[in-house]
Amino acid sequence: MELLASKKRQKGKALQSWRRDFRKNGSLYLLVLPVVIFYFIFNYMPMYGVLMSFQDFSPRLGIGGSEWVGLQHFRRFLGSTDFQRVFFNTLKISFSTLICEFPTPILLALMLNEMQNRHIKKVVQTLSYLPHFISLVVICGMIKTFVANDGLIGSVIAQMTGNNSSLLMQANKFLPIYVLSSIWQAVGWESIIYLAALAGVDPQLYEAAEIDGAGRIRKIINITLPSISTTIVTMLILRLGKVMNVGYEKIILLYNEVIYDTSDVISTYVYRMGFENQDWGYSAAVGLFNSAINLVLLVFTNTISKKMSGTSLW
Amino acid sequence: MKRAKNKIKKSAFDKWFDVINTTLLILLGIIMLYPMVYVLLASFSDPIAFMRHKGALWCTQGFSFSSYANAFENPMLLKSYGNTIFVVIVGVVLNLVLTSCGAYFLSRRDVKLQKVIAIYIIITMFFSGGMIPFYFVVRGLGLEDSLWSLILPVGINTFNLMILRVAFAAVPVGLEESAKLDGAGHLTILFRIILPVSKASIAVIALYYAVTHWNSWFNAMLFLNDRDKYPLQLVLREILINSDTSSMTMGAAASDLEYVGETVKYAVIIISTVPILCIYPFIQKYFTKGAMIGAVKG
Repeated sequence: MELLASKKRQKGKALQSWRRDFRKNGSLYLLVLPVVIFYFIFNYMPMYGVLMSFQDFSPRLGIGGSEWVGLQHFRRFLGSTDFQRVFFNTLKISFSTLICEFPTPILLALMLNEMQNRHIKKVVQTLSYLPHFISLVVICGMIKTFVANDGLIGSVIAQMTGNNSSLLMQANKFLPIYVLSSIWQAVGWESIIYLAALAGVDPQLYEAAEIDGAGRIRKIINITLPSISTTIVTMLILRLGKVMNVGYEKIILLYNEVIYDTSDVISTYVYRMGFENQDWGYSAAVGLFNSAINLVLLVFTNTISKKMSGTSLW
Repeated sequence: MKRAKNKIKKSAFDKWFDVINTTLLILLGIIMLYPMVYVLLASFSDPIAFMRHKGALWCTQGFSFSSYANAFENPMLLKSYGNTIFVVIVGVVLNLVLTSCGAYFLSRRDVKLQKVIAIYIIITMFFSGGMIPFYFVVRGLGLEDSLWSLILPVGINTFNLMILRVAFAAVPVGLEESAKLDGAGHLTILFRIILPVSKASIAVIALYYAVTHWNSWFNAMLFLNDRDKYPLQLVLREILINSDTSSMTMGAAASDLEYVGETVKYAVIIISTVPILCIYPFIQKYFTKGAMIGAVKG
């Protein structure tokens, strides 16, 4: 009896504190309402829309009216010849970019950090951010004209190899073009984070090392690198979690049917199956497959890093 | 004695280290800049002289404005410029309103539902419905073939929201407390205290959003069929990627078509990138500041 009463009292108290919260923060909740609605419409409704992966989806009937087909789309994708191509291309492009691109901003930051002349440092830094602000369409347009058989780069390579077609028409040239241009685009901007970390290194550490007779390289290896290692690990986790998210916008702008063998990835495949073949349920299923792998990767890399270095995203 | 010798050796090494480092960095700066220089030189070159030229450019080949004249003859280019400016202005205003509201809410203390809503937002950074369901949601809202399809679906960027939240949370509590004592509500605190104090961060976020709007093309490709609504980047895609310069070379004689088409591309690149290149030197300082806020709390 007494227990019931105290529970009731507790409930009443809780209710009262909620009421107080709403009275005090009512206008605050009103402010955040449009934000909540935004996320609901453009993030949560597509999550519900993922159900179409299990349907023979027709836009006319919608999710409510379309026929359920279970895992059929997933089985079809995993069994198709396209699967091998797009899956391995995704991994190949992604890991090549990761391995080649990831160290470059760290290297650039270290080089800038060692630069004594402040003016040159400033100018190089400013120039290196430039590609980050140029639109992808323009960058891909430049790549396309540069590697054409009469372009800046294409004409030189055509003379060397004797192959007179645009480099983007040769399947084996896609990966280097993609990776090198990605480095050009990202190296400066990504170095900012490392430069910020480097700025936080205690100068006393360097002084102490100098007294011990440590040289330039020694100091970089024993002081500079360890002090930005947390940043490096964090950035690496973020990158690994995005391994399946190859930059499809760039590939869509650059590729063509002739080089699908080396350039078609899961997300470009989703795009084509959906918007060119109108195979909506199937393309949504392939997309879901992709984001599921992504999520697993993110959780996996984060767990490993937590165990090994104590650095984690959450 | 030995110690002194060591020191001399080290400084010789240091000298070489600096020379190599400086050379590499200057080289890198040139690699970063040269593609844009090439495009600029090519766009002012005489189309026929440019076609005959092979390899790197260090000065214009002849000099002519004909590429620019041809580019501006295309009515699509100017119209799409207008569309993009509309999207940038309206889009950034909406972005700032929504992002400030969200960031203000998330930066408050003792609000009951705050944690729930924070999780509600953060979840979207890890799960997403993907391209196809997203397309159907936007289409279902009737936004197809409307410029709003380029504005509403990108109303908030969660990363920018987090940056602004950190900035708002850094405003000294004392400022708000005194306002509260004077009976100020949340709206007054937001508009009279938080926003004016965080002007710099807001400017950074606004620039981030503006550049994103200016450069985005993918949503436009998904949602727009009506060519009158095309933003600049979509027209650029036709000209640069699909190599469709027909609409711009109408004035040229048939025999010159091929030549004119090539330099027109470079002129179009310059025309579309000039606004960003003009403001870039002034704003890049703020951009990096924003990137660092993001890095610290990212």
